[in-house]
Amino acid sequence: MTQNILVVAEQAQSAFRKVTFEALSAGRQLAGALGGAVEAVVMGSGVEASAAQLAAYGAAKIYVADDGALADAATEAYTRVLAQVIEAAKPAVVLLGATTQGKDLAARLSARLDAALAGDCVAVKAEGGQVTATRPMYGGKILAEVTLSGSPVIVSIRPNTQTASQAAGAGAVEKVAVQVGDVATKVVAQQLDAGKVDLTEADVIVTGGRGMGCPDYSAVEALAAALGGAVGASRSAVDEGWRPASDQVGQTGKTVSPNLYVACGVSGAIQHLAGMSSSKVIVAINKDPEAPIMAKADYAIVGDLFEVLPVLTAEIKKIKG
Amino acid sequence: MEIVVLLKQVPATESMIAVAGDGVSIKSDGLKYVINPYDELAVEEALVIREAQGGTVTIVSVGPAKAAEAIRTGLAMGADKGVLIDPGDLALDGLNTAKLLAAALKAMPHDLIVAGHRAVDDDNFQVATAVAELLGIPNISMVVKQTIAGGKIRCVCTVEGGTREVEAPLPALIAAQRGLNNPRYASLPGIMKAKKKPLETKKVADLGLNAADLQPKVRIKALKTPAERKGGRVIAGDSVQAKAAALAKALHEEAKVI
Ligand SMILES: Cc1cc2nc3c(=O)[nH]c(=O)nc-3n(C[C@H](O)[C@H](O)[C@H](O)COP(=O)(O)OP(=O)(O)OC[C@H]3O[C@@H](n4cnc5c(N)ncnc54)[C@H](O)[C@@H]3O)c2cc1C
Ligand SMILES: Nc1ncnc2c1ncn2[C@@H]1O[C@H](COP(=O)(O)O)[C@@H](O)[C@H]1O
Repeated sequence: MTQNILVVAEQAQSAFRKVTFEALSAGRQLAGALGGAVEAVVMGSGVEASAAQLAAYGAAKIYVADDGALADAATEAYTRVLAQVIEAAKPAVVLLGATTQGKDLAARLSARLDAALAGDCVAVKAEGGQVTATRPMYGGKILAEVTLSGSPVIVSIRPNTQTASQAAGAGAVEKVAVQVGDVATKVVAQQLDAGKVDLTEADVIVTGGRGMGCPDYSAVEALAAALGGAVGASRSAVDEGWRPASDQVGQTGKTVSPNLYVACGVSGAIQHLAGMSSSKVIVAINKDPEAPIMAKADYAIVGDLFEVLPVLTAEIKKIKG
Repeated sequence: MEIVVLLKQVPATESMIAVAGDGVSIKSDGLKYVINPYDELAVEEALVIREAQGGTVTIVSVGPAKAAEAIRTGLAMGADKGVLIDPGDLALDGLNTAKLLAAALKAMPHDLIVAGHRAVDDDNFQVATAVAELLGIPNISMVVKQTIAGGKIRCVCTVEGGTREVEAPLPALIAAQRGLNNPRYASLPGIMKAKKKPLETKKVADLGLNAADLQPKVRIKALKTPAERKGGRVIAGDSVQAKAAALAKALHEEAKVI
C-alpha cells in the first residue's frame, strides 16, 4: 500500500465536472497530511486527450482507461476498471465526487473491495495516518464525524463544498489495459439538457415555491439567468406539477450548497431547510414576515415576489453590467 | 415474479434531530418513525409489478424489533410477507448492513430487488448498490420509471441535467427516486389483513454470519448539530424599487456573491 490519494475523475459531455477539480484539491491536502501523492484516474471513451488537464490540479500520475467499452457510464463496467487500477496503484484513499455516478460507483466499489466508504462528505482530513470525514446525516440536520479504517478507504465529496485550486503536478499519463468483459447493464438512451447547470453544482440557485401559484416560472428564471444560476423548486411546487422532481431541493430532493440561494415564495419547512441550509448566503422573498425561511435568511424582503423579482432582476443586471 | 423490497424504518422527515448525551447517537425518545420515503416508493413499485406480472412481494429490513412496525405498514399496503433482521447490539455501517441483507437474499428467491436510493437518516447512498454488488447482479439507481419484458428491466433514471435509460437482465436491483410513483396508503382492511401476514425475525447467526466478521470500518466519532444560521435581516425600504436596489447592493458589496 502507498500513502497516495486516487481521485476518480468524472466527465459530463466531454468536460470534467467541477467536483473533479474540487476532489483533486481536497486530495492534495490529504496527500500532504499522509505523506503521499495525488493521482487521478479517467475512464471513458475518447478521454485521453483531456486527461492532461488534471495535472493543473496537482495530479502526479494520471491513469487513463480509454476504451470504446466504456463509452456509456455504466457503473458495473467502471467498477471493474477501477478495481483493476486500485489493485495496481494501491492508494490509501480513493476520492470521488458525490454525483449520481460517483455515489453509485463508490457503493459498488466498497462492496467489491470490502472497503470503508463515507459518502457525500463535506470535509475530509488525515491525522496521524487516520482518515476522518465529516458527512451530513438526517438530511443535513446532523453532521457526523466518522473514522474510516482499512485500506483503501473510499470517500465521496459533495460538490461545491471544497475550493478548487490549481497547483501543477507532474501529470504522468499511464494507460490502463482495460479488461471490462461482459457488462450486463446497458445504457440505451440519454437525454441531457446541454448547458444546463445541475442544481448540485450551481453557484447560484433561485427557487420558486408554492408562492409561485402557477407553472409560469419566468420571473424566477429571469433572475436565475441574470445571476448565471439554476432554478430550483420546493416539494409543493413539484407536487403541483409545476416543476420536474429533479428540481426539488430538500431532504427528499437535492442537497445544495451554492454561494447564493434565493428562496421565492418558499415557507421554509424543515425538509426544505435540510436541503439548502448549508448555502453560503440565503435570500428570502416572501409576503409573510413570519415564514420560517425569513429567520434563516441572511437577507429578506417582505413583499410579493411578482413585484420584487422583476425589479431585483433589473438591479442585478445593472450591477453585472 | 419474486420481488424483494429493502425497507428501512427512519425518523419522520419533519423530526427535529438532537444529539444524545453520548455524543455519537441521536435522542430517539419522542421521535416518530416511518418507512424511509424512498422505500415507500419501492413498496409501491413492487406492488404495481406484482399486480401486472403476478408473484410475491417480500419486505426485508435490518433494524431493531421496533422496525417490525414499518414492515407491517408495508404489508398493510399489500406486500405478502416480511423478514426482519435484528442485528442485536452490532454497530452497523452501510457495508455491513448490505452484507446482512445480501446474506438474507441469497437464501430466498429473488427475480427483482427494489430499494430506495437513499435512507434519509444515515444518507449513505450505499446499501442498495452494495447489496447488488455482493449478490453479483446488475443495479440501476435513481429510477423514475421501469418496464419489464423478456426477462429484462428497462429503467428511466435521473442524472445531472437530464435522464438516462438503462437496461439490465433479471435478476437485478433497482433503486427508487422521487417521481417513480405515488405510494398508496394502507387501507383499513389492509391493516387488518397485515396482522395475519407472515413476519419472520432472523438473527445474525441465522444468516450464517458471525459478529466478528461484521466489525464496522466506518465508525461515528462525534455527532454535531450544524451551527444555527443567524438570519433575519429584513431589507427596509419605502418601495419595492428601494428594497430591491438595497438588496442588490448588499449582495454585491457586503456579501460579495454577485
Ligand atoms: C416525507 C416528506 C418529505 C419532504 N421533502 C421535502 C423536500 O425535499 N423539499 C421540500 O421543499 N419540501 C419537502 N417536504 C414538504 C414540506 O414539508 C413543505 O410542505 C414544503 O416544503 C412547502 O413548500 P413551499 O414552501 O413551496 O409551500 P408553502 O409552505 O405553502 O409556502 C408558500 C410560501 O409562499 C409565500 N407566498 C405566497 N404567495 C406569495 C407571493 N405572491 N409572494 C411572496 N411570497 C408568497 C407564503 O407566504 C408561504 O410562506 C416534505 C414533506 C414530507 C412529508
Ligand atoms: N437497515 C436497512 N434495512 C433494509 N434496507 C435498507 C437498510 N438500510 C438501507 N437500506 C436500503 O438501502 C437504501 C439506501 O440506503 P442508504 O445507503 O443507507 O442511503 C434504502 O433506501 C433501503 O432500500
